[in-house]
Amino acid sequence: MTDLRTALPPRTEMVAFLQVAGVYLAIAALLAFNLVFTPNFATVTNLRLQLVQVAPVAIVAIGMALVIATEGIDLSVGATMAITAALLPLYLGYGVGVAIVIALAAGLLVGLVNGTLIAFAGMQPIIATLGLLVAGRGLALVFADGRLTEIFDPTLDTLGNASVLGVPISVLLALAITVAAGVAVHRTAFGRRLLATGGNRAAATLAGLPVKRTLVTVYVLSGLLAATAGLLTTARQGASDPSFVGLLIELSAITAVVVGGTPLSGGRVRILGTLMGALLMQLITATVIQQNLPDSAARMIQAGIIVAAVYVQRGRGAA
Amino acid sequence: MTMVAARAEVSTRELRWRPDRAGAPIVLALVLIGGSLVFGDSFASGQNLGNIALDSSYLLLIATGMTFVIISGGIDLSVGSLLALAGVLTAYGAQWGSAVAVALPLVVCAVFGLVNGLLIGRAKIAPFIVTLAALLFARGCAFAVSSEGNTVHIIPADLLLTRLGQAGWLGLHAPVWIALAAFGLGWLLLNRTRFGQAVFAIGGSQEATELMGLPVARVRTLVYVLSAVLTGVAGVLIAAQTSSGLPTIGEGRELEAIAAVVIGGTLLTGGAGSLSGTLAGVLLLKVIQNLINQVGTLTSYYQQVVSGTFLIVVVLVQSRLARRRRR
Repeated sequence: MTDLRTALPPRTEMVAFLQVAGVYLAIAALLAFNLVFTPNFATVTNLRLQLVQVAPVAIVAIGMALVIATEGIDLSVGATMAITAALLPLYLGYGVGVAIVIALAAGLLVGLVNGTLIAFAGMQPIIATLGLLVAGRGLALVFADGRLTEIFDPTLDTLGNASVLGVPISVLLALAITVAAGVAVHRTAFGRRLLATGGNRAAATLAGLPVKRTLVTVYVLSGLLAATAGLLTTARQGASDPSFVGLLIELSAITAVVVGGTPLSGGRVRILGTLMGALLMQLITATVIQQNLPDSAARMIQAGIIVAAVYVQRGRGAA
Repeated sequence: MTMVAARAEVSTRELRWRPDRAGAPIVLALVLIGGSLVFGDSFASGQNLGNIALDSSYLLLIATGMTFVIISGGIDLSVGSLLALAGVLTAYGAQWGSAVAVALPLVVCAVFGLVNGLLIGRAKIAPFIVTLAALLFARGCAFAVSSEGNTVHIIPADLLLTRLGQAGWLGLHAPVWIALAAFGLGWLLLNRTRFGQAVFAIGGSQEATELMGLPVARVRTLVYVLSAVLTGVAGVLIAAQTSSGLPTIGEGRELEAIAAVVIGGTLLTGGAGSLSGTLAGVLLLKVIQNLINQVGTLTSYYQQVVSGTFLIVVVLVQSRLARRRRR
């Protein structure tokens, strides 16, 4: 018997290698490019800025990865961030703890509505969460009367701008969430149920798995993570800006997930890849800006990266 | 004999009462009657209805293409950005006259649609991803043409295009007539041609359609070209109306178009749907937005709350009715 692997032509081998390592290679290449060509790239200030900017996207993208693993999608994450931002200044009068709990609870509630519509009413994820994208942003603007509110609160300021051992709190939080999600997916029964639900819903149901509960849990998690991202963004900006916070972040998050190697067809997920996908997109934007190229070039390059990433991954099961 | 019998059965089935399909037109009629009763002439005046029609015409053009795409089992997220790109290119091309101002955006949009379609139909990449990338790329192009938004190209007022775009006939603006014409042609294409049959068949089962020997890849490619070109027409009309092309317009329009199509009873799973439903869906969204504006005490933010809730409720009701019908 010939070993199947050695029988593969070299081109296929290279594609297989790119499927696994592509996003890391791209990040390494961009880093190397910047180290050589961008002055002041490897400074602590710049690296910290890049990480702080990517943290909210990464947090939302981790939630999105879990949702996509169940063959779903969550378009409502940006609207959830807006609701969080709108609620914070309204409840700061009762203490910052209360305001944070209410803001997170709102994210949980959005996720619960999404999950219920999808799991129990049988709605398609894209429609249910599209409804909440439109309604949620409107609701946030109603809460805030469409206004930007400046926030002066020491606790929120610490949360948004302070560092522990030189690493910003938001970045630490993003890392902790990535690790927790990785452990949950690969080491727990919940992770098994999640992947089974996404891989083959009918089989998972027949096997007696609590498919509906798993789905609701996943959308609740995504809502909670989006609320966390909204909290961090608002805290960092020192202002609640429900018109613009999280606008189009659903697309950035989906991009990060897809570039990170998670297929939209469900049943598989790469948590670390998602984090790297978010990082790659951030690096592209940063590189373009620091090379004084126009912003439009960043979008076009990102578009090319998305298609290339998915084209390379086409071979892994259903594209 | 059996053929004839089968065909007769199919046609009676088509004619039978379809509550899941009729939902949007019925709600539209109710909303129109309710609006007229509550707000009287401020809603039911010719001027206001004309404005609703004009506002709906751009969305109708986009949603017509989107209906083809969704029935074929796909989705097109790039239309909002393409709308902006088409508008910018119209204004940019206007310096060489009306013909260029119309041809340039339409050709560029057709190329975008073709690339989308080839990546989806031939390279078999998921439509969501391909058109997401096109969304980014087209928006980037729109900004590049207008030097990162710093230049706003203005269309000269004496240009034929401007005069046509701002003209009216029988009390309706030119874009309304163009949108209705495109809608009519689209209806014929979907319901009376082989191409339309193939679109339905592919959405129902791509593998079965392939086995039947239909040109699946070609049809899948063409629906994205159609969607992009119709969006291009809408972009040209918006530019002609406003005499300029802004790279920032159209953000979120893809979602509005998808909502209109879905409210009209077309299933996102593909294989089933109707253009008449889409027309009702477009009008419903726009009439509701207009009605909320009529209520002086409500801010425009309530538009979004109502539109979003409405989308969810309509889809829920439709799926309930469809389920009951199947039993």
